[in-house]
Amino acid sequence: MTAALAALLVVALVIFVGWALSGPFRARTRERPQQSDERRALESAKEAKYSEIRDNETDYRTGKLSDADFRALDRQLRAEAVEILRAIDELEALSEAAPR
Amino acid sequence: MAFAGHLVMVVALAVCLYGIGAALYGARRGRRDWVDSGRRSVYCLAVVLTLAMVILEVAFVRNDFSYTAVAMTSSTTTPLLYRVAAMWSSQEGSLLLWVWLLSIWSSAAIFLTRNRLRDVVPYATSVLLGFGAFFTTLLVFLDSPFGQLSQVPAEGAGLDPLLRNPSMLIHPPMLYSGYTFFSIPFAFAVGALIVRRIDADWIRVTRRFALASWLFLGIGILLGARWSYYELGWGGYWGWDPVENAALMPWLISTAFLHSVMIQEKRGMLKIWNASLVLGASTLAIVGTFLVRSGVLDSIHAFTGGGLGGPFVGLIAVMVAGSVYLVVTRRDVLRSEHSLDSLVSREAVFLLNNIVLVGLCFVIFWGTFFPLISQAVTGTTAHVGPPWFDRYTVPLALVLVLLSGIGPIIAWRRATLANARRNLALPLVAAGAMAVAAYTVVPIGSSVPTVILFCCAMFVLASIGQEFWRGTRARRAISSEAPPLALFSMVRRNRRRYGGYIVHTGIAILFIGVAASSTFQHEKELSLQVGQSARVGAYTMRYVKPTARVVDDPSHTGATLSLGAVLRVTRGGHYVATLRPAADYYPTQPIFGGQVVADLISGDAVQQVALKSSLRRDLWAAIKPLGTTLPATGVAVPEEALVARADASILTSTPQLKQLQYAYEELAAIADAYRRNPPPAGFTLISSPLVMWIWLGGLIVLLGGLIAIWPPPAALRGRIRARYFARVAQELGRA
Repeated sequence: MTAALAALLVVALVIFVGWALSGPFRARTRERPQQSDERRALESAKEAKYSEIRDNETDYRTGKLSDADFRALDRQLRAEAVEILRAIDELEALSEAAPR
Repeated sequence: MAFAGHLVMVVALAVCLYGIGAALYGARRGRRDWVDSGRRSVYCLAVVLTLAMVILEVAFVRNDFSYTAVAMTSSTTTPLLYRVAAMWSSQEGSLLLWVWLLSIWSSAAIFLTRNRLRDVVPYATSVLLGFGAFFTTLLVFLDSPFGQLSQVPAEGAGLDPLLRNPSMLIHPPMLYSGYTFFSIPFAFAVGALIVRRIDADWIRVTRRFALASWLFLGIGILLGARWSYYELGWGGYWGWDPVENAALMPWLISTAFLHSVMIQEKRGMLKIWNASLVLGASTLAIVGTFLVRSGVLDSIHAFTGGGLGGPFVGLIAVMVAGSVYLVVTRRDVLRSEHSLDSLVSREAVFLLNNIVLVGLCFVIFWGTFFPLISQAVTGTTAHVGPPWFDRYTVPLALVLVLLSGIGPIIAWRRATLANARRNLALPLVAAGAMAVAAYTVVPIGSSVPTVILFCCAMFVLASIGQEFWRGTRARRAISSEAPPLALFSMVRRNRRRYGGYIVHTGIAILFIGVAASSTFQHEKELSLQVGQSARVGAYTMRYVKPTARVVDDPSHTGATLSLGAVLRVTRGGHYVATLRPAADYYPTQPIFGGQVVADLISGDAVQQVALKSSLRRDLWAAIKPLGTTLPATGVAVPEEALVARADASILTSTPQLKQLQYAYEELAAIADAYRRNPPPAGFTLISSPLVMWIWLGGLIVLLGGLIAIWPPPAALRGRIRARYFARVAQELGRA
């Protein structure tokens, strides 16, 4: 009885694994439209830059930066963020212009 | 069912090999369907190994002694909860736990990254399945958990009594989770280096998994220390044992990485350093696994009868060689984008912290492997003990604690000296006040490093307190919220920063506990008769009466006999606590003829520590009833004469079937005799200050880690994003 159950278990497992992994051997699945890796990397860079701007603000509000230093750094960080936003816009423009 | 278990492991190995091939083929040919199939292999591996775990656990729960692992590490007298945990007390069972946890965490990682880092993920998948293939190969060909005995014994050997402790139920899964989690940043680092993509998205993914591994490993280390303190009967929590060190080394390196990756994230610096730290931490995690299993170094925590050393050395060699190759050949994409703006900046403090952490790791590595190094160089095996480790690690730890207070109050990029001075004022005053207080209370001449550590810790607590105070005040200025709400909102909006500060607070508290308990501990080892007292520091401990229980040990560990004492603790004549230490005796298996009562109690004996814990002080007691060695077993048991007489009587006058029942009755009589006429007992008595601060500090570290790792709610992220987008858009309009 136990041996039969064990055999059944292993056979069921092999069938399950075979079914789960056989995707490439069955009909090709349609690619889902997804954000490109480049776009995602830029989004992550944007998030990181925003977080840096916020950290800079927190540093200023908690007395770690002088007014002048804060203003200079904030300007610099926002300029860097602008560059990232421009890169994202350029990427979007390119993907819209690309033939479908 | 054991054969089914074997087959399941073979299926697991086949899934790993297929998945590696599918993911690599998909990556090379740009075939998404093959990459997806490789990804699904990771999920399948988790399902297959879960089934293997269930099969083995069922065997443990059902006391199926046909399995070698069950017969060697469990028994019918082992309580159910410990039978479940007995699986990972065996070499093969713990390897299965390792690879199962790897498959679970890998599945989570691969699922969470299913739509990102698409060029990196196939290689990461292959690396993770490569680890899976390595461990399943060991389990299929070298050390199967489903091995069977040709003759099924009626009883198993039982779980090592030292492991019958609640900490051991979760300590190994936590430790192994930490080790296996390290594989994920490693896999993503390898993938990113292969495709030459070390960008912000990679950092975001890697940092979170590195934080998870750091958190799990930290919990595992702390639980191990707690087990040592409660169970090993020596009153300590850290002995610089090779296996303890093996867990600490990757934890230190990942601590360094979690700090230095922020520099890469903000400034694009230290890319080579960060990649090396990620690769190094994971390699050290495998080195730790190798130490536990190879038997190359003596350790109380290691599995005996290793033999898996060769394959592990091979794996470590491949990891080291591959890591060096990838970092060297990808150095062009790992070049720093900026340089350090100022030596008075948070980046500079983090750099120094990294140097200290890596230095600490190097010292521990050297001390741990010194026996092997000395053997290779001089031909003789020399060991270094705790004093050697303390000599080098204490100064580095002092610097580290100090830096954990300086970092939070220094700004990124450039901090003016005037601002730094203003922010340092309060913490320095607090540290100075602590120095004065310590000078008046503590005999300073004998404990200078401890007093310095107290001052550094106070510096950290004051600097973090100041940060929370100022942050809350700034938040209130914007939102007009009540102080508690402003504090909550501030932490919620910036979990990484304030989670990190909470971790620093926990570390400072933990170090205070370590320093105080190791410097100002009072310890006595002595023999006492009932009615006699001993003075331990300011406390008097009096042996009031003996205790003896049969098959009813207070700790519910399945001991057949528990002999203990009731100790009354007073201070200046006032009652403080009652301590009840005990020594638990376990049966020896298989039961051999000729000594029935002796068999019931001549297995391993374990001291059950009695503890009165408070924030100020721990009172700790262990008892060793003084017995004589039983000639047949070589094991010391109490009341040898009574045991021998009972056995002689049982064996000559009792029918064989009833011998065990009578043996228990005789054991009860012996316990009664012990209560009525107790011999002197050996005691270890300890009064140790602030030990609870270690566990409290650990809990605070855990809380801070959880806050830091928890993602902010989507709505909050959206609001923050919108606000900054608007600000930057203004800038864009002006540009």
